[in-house]
Amino acid sequence: MTTTLLYDGTFEGLLTAVFEVYEHKLGYVKLAKADKHTKAMFEQVINVITDEVRATRVLKGLKLKLSPMGVQRLYAAHLAEMDGEENILLGYIRYAFDAGQNIEEDYGNKFVMRVSEMVRMVRREKHRMEAFVRFQKLKDETFYATVEPDFNVLPLLIRHFKSRYADQRWIIYDMKRLYGVYYDLHDTQYITLDFATSNKPSEVMAAFCEEEVIYQHLWKSYFHSVNITSRKNTKLHVRHVPKRYWKHLTEKI
Amino acid sequence: MNVDRITEKLNILADAAKYDVSCASSGSKRKNENKGLGNASNGICHSYTEDGRCVSLLKILLTNHCIFDCAYCVSRKSNDIKRAAFTVQEVVDLTINFYRRNYIEGLFLSSGIFKDADYTMERLVRIAKKLRTEHNFNGYIHLKSIPGASDELMNEAGLYADRLSVNLEMPTEAGLKLLAPDKNQADMIKPMGYLKNAIIQHTEEKKLFKKAPIFAPAGQSTQVIIGATPENDSQVLQSANYFYKNFNLKRVYYSGYVPVLADKRLPALNTSVPMVRENRLYQADWLMRFYGFHVNEIVNTQQPHLDLDIDPKLGWAIRNMQTFPIDVNKADLQMILRVPGIGLLSAQKIVSARIFGKLNWDQLKKMGVSINRAKYFITCKSNEFERRDLTGNNIKQFILAASQSKYLKNAQTQLSLF
Repeated sequence: MTTTLLYDGTFEGLLTAVFEVYEHKLGYVKLAKADKHTKAMFEQVINVITDEVRATRVLKGLKLKLSPMGVQRLYAAHLAEMDGEENILLGYIRYAFDAGQNIEEDYGNKFVMRVSEMVRMVRREKHRMEAFVRFQKLKDETFYATVEPDFNVLPLLIRHFKSRYADQRWIIYDMKRLYGVYYDLHDTQYITLDFATSNKPSEVMAAFCEEEVIYQHLWKSYFHSVNITSRKNTKLHVRHVPKRYWKHLTEKI
Repeated sequence: MNVDRITEKLNILADAAKYDVSCASSGSKRKNENKGLGNASNGICHSYTEDGRCVSLLKILLTNHCIFDCAYCVSRKSNDIKRAAFTVQEVVDLTINFYRRNYIEGLFLSSGIFKDADYTMERLVRIAKKLRTEHNFNGYIHLKSIPGASDELMNEAGLYADRLSVNLEMPTEAGLKLLAPDKNQADMIKPMGYLKNAIIQHTEEKKLFKKAPIFAPAGQSTQVIIGATPENDSQVLQSANYFYKNFNLKRVYYSGYVPVLADKRLPALNTSVPMVRENRLYQADWLMRFYGFHVNEIVNTQQPHLDLDIDPKLGWAIRNMQTFPIDVNKADLQMILRVPGIGLLSAQKIVSARIFGKLNWDQLKKMGVSINRAKYFITCKSNEFERRDLTGNNIKQFILAASQSKYLKNAQTQLSLF
């Protein structure tokens, strides 16, 4: 009989669910996010309550079964937050625990293969964000950017931007998930902004420093000058820069 | 700042620099030290032009004034165009401000030759030096080495830049003599040779002393123009191979000639850019650098041109049917890499995964193998495999019929006999 485990969508929640599977010796399980699930008749449901101690125990066990890179990849795959894919992660973790050897490279296994695909999707999105973030300089010398990534990749971006822009304050704000990262020249922290108080266009414009308009203009004209018209290839252009990203790209606005 | 004047200069000097195709910003290991600005490690393409090329660096000329009269170049002396020149400070400001907004990975600076080689090179070096020493800039810098510049200047350039390049322009010396009578290949090769030795020497020193300065960590590259002179693919690739082998080049770029000037030595203005040929040359280049192919296996005297309809790997495979089929569950990585339809990543996945159990078609497909092509050349854990005794030409026809090449303008359908 299939048991449905409901969890809260966090990585710790996922690990706690793994604990429950082994604790209750469950065979056939289905994992689902609590807020997205509608209960079917006769369905056997367990509500997983995220428990840090249990999650840590599972993580410790996983570290024995997987390389540090493997654990990181699992976390990256979790960040994809794709519906229904938690079952793949659960399957992967169970396969890792039950196998006698390290299974990270067993691409013939459907869980391992799918996790590697998910990791690739998340990494691609991370790389895109490293490319497509466009900072705008504010009056107080902070560089501000808004993004709308397909996956929740902000936590993966911190290291790159922190080491690159070590001498300027910056904010990268995820407009889809409504939170951002702020770097204050020493450390980064997660922030949420309240846009309701300052949504008048005039106030927004006033927040940017004067030279911002000039450099945006220069960048746009540079972008147009480097194009070779006789080699026009719109299909390729859109494949590299998909349209959903355009509204945050200075040169495409 | 005079915005209109700067914009005009930027337009002129970016427009003149755009035919230089290199935009790589990878291969360097420059770190951000002491809370400075930027780093250079893995390349990032920050945008793409409407022709689909990557925009990674601020690619500009310092000036388009030039004393040379090369037939293929828009900035040639006899061409009647608007001329402009940046000051050192203007280039520095543009680079820093673009970089801070995450528009670019760094600067690619080239220049028309004004006065003489050393005078020009000295200006380029001065900009790189200013960025590195005064602005603590650790982003990527690619400088053009001006043919004929002195060794001292080349040495200084190497200390500040990540990559240096000299464009060979034409694959053969005869081609160069025809279109660029002011240049000679020996002048171009000289700085290349100097840099090659300097890079080797600095890498050795770096191994011994951690504090030794880094010297052009992303190496050297070059560019050849394709389709302006009548060289065949064999000559192009042989000369690329020569420079890879003898000058440790990181990259050779192939730039399909864009007709911009009317000159009786050049293809007419209405000829189209040889984009397919350019693409096939890059594919062949990748086969040489990553897939373990020798240049003579791809092109030789019997096969002086690459087949434009199919990629060079498939071309090699159908000429060498005696080596196939191979069993992907047993063959070495080197052999698997030679199968059309299997790329670097899927080849590595196959080799890692087969330790856990033999692989079948379904698993290969999931790993990213293009079964449509690979099925004629491999066997796996399955009773299904190509049993017909097909010739190379048959396979080519089958693959072409099954795929819709983006290059074929009209769909080729074979007429039925009845």
